[in-house]
Amino acid sequence: MLDKLRKMFDDEVDSKDLAKERLKLVLIHDKINISPELLEEMKEELLEVVSKYIEVEANRLSIDLNQDDQSIALVANIPVKELRRRSLEDVSESD
Amino acid sequence: MDGKAIVITSGKGGVGKTTSTANIGTGLAQLGKEVVLIDADIGLRNLDVVMGLENRIVYDIVDVVEENCRLEQALIKDKRYSSLSLLPAAQTRDKTAVSKEQMVEVCKRLKAEADYVLIDCPAGIEQGFQNAIAGADEAIIITTPEVAAIRDADRVIGMLQAEGLGEPEVIINRIRMDMVNKGDMMDIEDMIEILAIKLLGVVPDDQEIVISTNKGEPIILDDSNSQSAQAFKNIVHRLEGEKIPLMSLEEGFMEKFKRILGLG
Repeated sequence: MLDKLRKMFDDEVDSKDLAKERLKLVLIHDKINISPELLEEMKEELLEVVSKYIEVEANRLSIDLNQDDQSIALVANIPVKELRRRSLEDVSESD
Repeated sequence: MDGKAIVITSGKGGVGKTTSTANIGTGLAQLGKEVVLIDADIGLRNLDVVMGLENRIVYDIVDVVEENCRLEQALIKDKRYSSLSLLPAAQTRDKTAVSKEQMVEVCKRLKAEADYVLIDCPAGIEQGFQNAIAGADEAIIITTPEVAAIRDADRVIGMLQAEGLGEPEVIINRIRMDMVNKGDMMDIEDMIEILAIKLLGVVPDDQEIVISTNKGEPIILDDSNSQSAQAFKNIVHRLEGEKIPLMSLEEGFMEKFKRILGLG
């Protein structure tokens, strides 16, 4: 009980939830055999490509591997600032 | 008879493979089944001491495959149940002393005489593991509520699937409900969800196991019915196809009281 109260006040996470999160991540990485460094590299390149077309908030971009049942998905969350209306502008300029 | 061979494996060492093999085997013999235990951990034999049969070893599995003796000569009869016997590992040889094919052959011959052949697998995923699983029809995974043990269990499940042992079941060993309740240990649902595998049983962490191992008497023989003995009995009945619900591992009133007061 004292532990519970202490945790409530300290805003401390249960260590079992930490274990679970770490375990899930390590299992996904074991399975697809991709290191966090490689994932980071991919993130940079992805950002480069997407930025050609859309203005994005680079610092809020996140890439994660999620697992549900048997399949693993690469989930990218890329907040958009503004669509670059380049193609439209290109058209109007050429008129 | 046409029994089945079940390998008991974990990947990680020290999670309770040998203790589980001894208890499940003894439990099946208590039900009148013909059971042979194989210690596949060549070079590091342990099952003999956990069973309390270490003084009776004359021949071992390497003697059998090298034809220094007949298979029947190497089998050690249990002190308590005549339908239970042990095929010990060699202590002075290494994993290469027995090949996969030889292991398959030994299992086949034993299955012809027994209802159950239980194979105590060495830790790791190298040749000793490959040999141990070669002759098995089914697999039981032992794990504990720790990140490293579950990671290894997951890896082993993948390797078993690759070998055609596609539907292993898991025993979660050494769970401590007081820690689970405090949020300091992963609970059963968490682990089953992560491993995506069928649960065969849950064995609580129990100091009685240490005492029983000291004596060389599997805990399942214990009449006082400690929680771990009951857990192994339930596992044995489930192997026999009975539907036994998970026993309540909740703390007793006094334990809870002590924990709340910080005395636990």
